[in-house]
Amino acid sequence: MIGRYASRPRTFMSTIGVFIVTLFVLSACGGGTTSTSPTPTSQPQGPIKIGISLSLSGDFSADGKAFQQGYQLWADTVNKNGGLLGRQVKLDIVSDASSTTQVVTNYQKLITVNHDDLILGPFSTLLTKPASVVANRYGYAMIEGAGGGPSVFTQGLHNLFDVSPPVANLVVSFTQYILSLPASQRPTTAAYATQNDPFTQPQVDTARQLLEQGGVKTVSYQVYPSETTDFTPIAQKMIAAKAQVVVTGTLLPDITAFIQAFKQQHYNPQALIATAGPDQGSQFTKAIGGAPAAEGIFVPNGGWYPTINTFQNAQMVQNYLAAYGGTADGISSDVAEGYAVGQVLVQAVNKIHSIDNAKLIAELHSGDTFQSVQGDVKFNDQGENILASGYLFQWQKGSLVSVYPANQATNPPEFPKPNWP
Amino acid sequence: MGLIVEAIITGLLTGGVYALMASGLTLVFGVMDIINIGQGALVILGAYLSYVLEQNLHIDLFVGLLITMPFMFVLGVLIELLFIRPIRRDRTMFSILVTFGVALIIEGVLNLIFSADYVQLHAWYITASFPVAGFYLSYIYVFGFLLAVVLLGVLYLLLYRTKFGHSLRATMQNRTAAELVGIDVERVSAITFGIGVALAAAGGMAFGATTSFNANSAYDLISRLLAIIIFGGMGSLQGALIASLGMLVIEDVTSVVWSPVWASTVFFILLVVILLIRPQGLLGQVGGRKQ
Repeated sequence: MIGRYASRPRTFMSTIGVFIVTLFVLSACGGGTTSTSPTPTSQPQGPIKIGISLSLSGDFSADGKAFQQGYQLWADTVNKNGGLLGRQVKLDIVSDASSTTQVVTNYQKLITVNHDDLILGPFSTLLTKPASVVANRYGYAMIEGAGGGPSVFTQGLHNLFDVSPPVANLVVSFTQYILSLPASQRPTTAAYATQNDPFTQPQVDTARQLLEQGGVKTVSYQVYPSETTDFTPIAQKMIAAKAQVVVTGTLLPDITAFIQAFKQQHYNPQALIATAGPDQGSQFTKAIGGAPAAEGIFVPNGGWYPTINTFQNAQMVQNYLAAYGGTADGISSDVAEGYAVGQVLVQAVNKIHSIDNAKLIAELHSGDTFQSVQGDVKFNDQGENILASGYLFQWQKGSLVSVYPANQATNPPEFPKPNWP
Repeated sequence: MGLIVEAIITGLLTGGVYALMASGLTLVFGVMDIINIGQGALVILGAYLSYVLEQNLHIDLFVGLLITMPFMFVLGVLIELLFIRPIRRDRTMFSILVTFGVALIIEGVLNLIFSADYVQLHAWYITASFPVAGFYLSYIYVFGFLLAVVLLGVLYLLLYRTKFGHSLRATMQNRTAAELVGIDVERVSAITFGIGVALAAAGGMAFGATTSFNANSAYDLISRLLAIIIFGGMGSLQGALIASLGMLVIEDVTSVVWSPVWASTVFFILLVVILLIRPQGLLGQVGGRKQ
């Protein structure tokens, strides 16, 4: 009996001991996963690795390289100022050759093989769509600046945040300007040509819809594959339609070819706008034969220009010129988009004192307003920046200047467009 | 109707320039049994050479060909000696990989020197035009077409009126038999590759005068050039010429009559139909060359 009773306390004590040890272990494990206290600064820490896939070759290479400059400029500035949460930032940039399949492979590798702490977005709507799906699969936040096509935001993803204005709205200011003209001056016909690209086509379709609602008749509408190299027949059709307004959904090579064809055929529309290309500064003017040929050409602007008075813009421009040379007018808006992505990341990370992606996503969805060189940033549920709006810019006397809306304009719009030189 | 006539004329003129670029590709395949995937990159290199001469030395684009074509000829011979000749087996297969490697090297070097910025060649005749049949025809398309006619004519004379041409055509027909009758096949191959690359220089100048380009523009070009030589028949110069003109006319007319989206599709449907009827292409040899 004694023996039996004597053994009971030992068994009891053993059970209690096991229970306590189990609790301790569970507590320790739980503490590791749920603790919200910042990491002690005394621990040795390496740099924060940020993975990015960029189009350093292929169709988007010009934009991709400008984006790389923007990201690098931001990282250098952060590191010069003490880093992010006291740690240096290291960019892990790989090239996707403008390929929708390579960009998927790249983000898969950056996350699962390179184990990068954070990722930032690639260039273009076309590549952001598949890339954001990969990021979402692994619970990574993807802040980006060049994936603003409507189809990006209809994927139902919770991890995607675009700091730039939604693409479809970029040309709204142009249509508002055209429709605001007195009836006697207002154009009555328009021709449209766009790449079948999710960045360009929604803009052109929006412009067409708004202008038609305003009474401007569509006399030509063409969609062409992005791999087109011979743009002559597309230009011929627009010229034959004799439209007063020409709206093109282009990048630099196609708008250059259209302008060349227009000059050859002595066709000068009253207003000409291109979704992209004229925003490439001196690269654009050189390609079309000098700044005089650019006179009067419109381009929508994603909310940035070199002299805009926004958060840290003057510093960014100064740093850019110190790092890459050239003139402020020659800075691509892609640089500002990349830089703005980094600025939003810094502010969000500093607010949560963490680089945990789940917390980062929650913070970006919190309704907080962030500041960037492109202006204020606030995300809706789909990740669109609801505070951003596009302005209308125009080439005037060798410079790209803001012309509409009036409260953002430095110069009045030039209309009708002067003849080709 | 006027739009269709205009599309046919510009299609023919642009087709001449594509024939220039594709002729080098098909010539090299005919003689050497290799597919030069690097031809697109070489065309872009030719365009950049013209750009350098125009920007730095203010040399006219057509006059500049007197410098760029010999330079590219020598480069072509060097590429053949260093990269192609060492391939001793499965030449057709391995040549695709090797010439793709050459294309990547060229693209990398061009990116390093010129960055990814797009550039375009400039001359008075690029934007100038003259009226014809109710529309304006650009001088550059006419000059580009004339250049193609002259160079392809010279190539024809070289092939059919010279001793080297006989050696080259003998090599095209049967490489082994040509060696047996004493033709230095390796020398013929090196010179042929050089000619193909020199033609790329001329094609590159005409391409760069009508389209803004950067080092990566080669990718869209090479797929079209390959389609042209398959359509015309691998190794056939006349086939490449007919296919180039046909491709551009079909695409341009489809584009203005229907939609640019269908322009390439219509051409490729026609390509498939032709290949079903004539697997060797329009003017290609049945079963390829006999080795």
